[in-house]
Amino acid sequence: MSIELRQVTKQFGEAVVVNNVSFTVQEGELMALLGPSGGGKTTVLRMIAGLEIPTAGDLFIRGRRVNDIPVQRRNIGFVFQNYALFKSMTVFGNVAFGLKIRGWRRRDIAARVEELLQVFELSGLDKRYPHQLSGGQRQRVAIARALASKPSVLLLDEPFGAVDAKIRQELREWLVRLHHELNVTTIFVTHDQEEAMEVADRIVIFSRGKLEQVGTPREVYESPANEFVARFIGVMNVLDTEVRQGFARVQELEFPAPDRADGERLRIGFRPYAIQISTDLGQFRYRAVLRHTFFLGIMLRVELELASGLILRARITKEEYSRLGLAEDQQISFQISQYRVLGSESAPMPPEAAASYPPRPAIAENI
Amino acid sequence: MAGTPKNRGREARKSQRGAEESPLVKWTLIAMALAFVLLFLVLPLANVFAQALAKGGRHALGALADPDTQAAIRLTLLVAAIAVPLNLVFGLAAAWAIAKFEFRGKSLLITLIDLPFSVSPVVAGLLFVILFGRQGYLGPWLDAHDLQILVAVPGIVLVTVFVTFPFVARELIPVMQAAGSEPEEAALTLGASGWQTFWHVTLPSVKWGLLYGVILCNARAMGEFGAVSVVSSHITGLTDTMPLRVEKLYQDYDLAAAFTVASLLALLALVTLGLKTLLEWQQARAYARAERSLNSPAP
Repeated sequence: MSIELRQVTKQFGEAVVVNNVSFTVQEGELMALLGPSGGGKTTVLRMIAGLEIPTAGDLFIRGRRVNDIPVQRRNIGFVFQNYALFKSMTVFGNVAFGLKIRGWRRRDIAARVEELLQVFELSGLDKRYPHQLSGGQRQRVAIARALASKPSVLLLDEPFGAVDAKIRQELREWLVRLHHELNVTTIFVTHDQEEAMEVADRIVIFSRGKLEQVGTPREVYESPANEFVARFIGVMNVLDTEVRQGFARVQELEFPAPDRADGERLRIGFRPYAIQISTDLGQFRYRAVLRHTFFLGIMLRVELELASGLILRARITKEEYSRLGLAEDQQISFQISQYRVLGSESAPMPPEAAASYPPRPAIAENI
Repeated sequence: MAGTPKNRGREARKSQRGAEESPLVKWTLIAMALAFVLLFLVLPLANVFAQALAKGGRHALGALADPDTQAAIRLTLLVAAIAVPLNLVFGLAAAWAIAKFEFRGKSLLITLIDLPFSVSPVVAGLLFVILFGRQGYLGPWLDAHDLQILVAVPGIVLVTVFVTFPFVARELIPVMQAAGSEPEEAALTLGASGWQTFWHVTLPSVKWGLLYGVILCNARAMGEFGAVSVVSSHITGLTDTMPLRVEKLYQDYDLAAAFTVASLLALLALVTLGLKTLLEWQQARAYARAERSLNSPAP
């Protein structure tokens, strides 16, 4: 195992930025640290690098406790969000810096830099200065520089944050390919769940300094550990329901809840793909009007408006959409095939919440 | 309205640079700036040189050969050679502390750095008299140990350091703040020690600001009059710096000699500014070379 955090906590003054976090990263893994900004993920990355010292807990790299090992001797490569290239040095100077510091021979440095520039498609740019490079080139120089002295871990802080959307997609694919070729243990920080899902082998999800879940993209999507993860990863319809006579109800929707007591509040969530749609109004139980259609490549996301005003998000393939001959403002029937109970509350509702609860025009929250 | 050719032309011009002023405003401003520079900077300076050479070059050289003037030149160079490196180190340390760390009393420190700018040099000189003078706080102790601060080189160096303290720090603080600490952290992750990081990353990133600060600091160190005048007591051939020497010659009605020394002083300033321009030009050329290499086909 390459990296292990054991009950690591980091405080800045009174503020607890990272709270009792434990996880491991396997050798050669591509790991994402995901969470909303301010979640503590960058601090975790900086602690692994040695740029921050944990307030409590232990940190291991390749089985060695590194809490007291200074950043220079941790043998890590770190790529900063804004790349932090040395402005007064050429591309060659930047990539060669760590090798010179480590006392490599001139000939070996030249060979290694040449090799890296080739891998990173930077050949011929060795005499340029950082300000003469494009954003993507700068990032590749930063990664080449970090990898020059063959670190055991590559750490990237928001690697795709500083480039525009089109290049970002290319960079993602490129990072996956690069990781595949070099097979160096890689950890990157991102606030973009799509990015994490697409690129990473496994994802660590943080919120407010606490670890919410560790798992493969599939695991965190299909079996989120809690409501935060469920809502943070992917799109989810979230409904606040109240149990009456064995069913959790909100407006015209009801979900079987045989073991729940009357008056209990259940928060129910389901993914857009869990909704089946038919143009045959008799086929499924619920009725709705198809309102807005969003094109997402081969998938479409549609908004269903129920008679009560409740709005649900559903997902449908393009083929299905044209096979059914769907159109906006069309009447359809639908059913919900899978759902999860995200949370429950058996205590009686506070009066003001009770007053506003069912009559409020409900829109399924969609995050 | 936009249809008339005249308007269309105006709009096209506007679209080139939205905030551009009319040519009249532009040329008026340029003319005013030039006239001001000519009237208040170039003409007086040229006059100093003209006056120096009024009695011929031989006289001017003779004035410079005067042993007392030579002593003043040596003293000025010595004081600058001590004060400027000291302020280089102090300025770097202060700018580093302010730009890279958060600490209590930071704004007080920034204000204190500006103090020598806001205090009259004469007051600065008196400050040291109060401290080191015979009736001052440390005077008796200095006397007892046979140490001479006032009316000697140490006193002149001290007031010069005081007066020129802000230049390097003031130039460096914004440059260091703009650079941020990420390049330095990057150097650390690449294995560099603190000293290596400072030498290879921090210093190159601030070198132009540092150089400019040093040049200004040096110009002021050589040119300071008020504070030095208070502590040096004007002993000809011993504690006269060049500005003091200029004043003395002027009051002795040796105008040509006064202007000759003044010319030399002005020349030193011009040389430092020239050096700065030269260095900037070389930097620009290095960039241009790299820029040209962009156009050569990449393999």
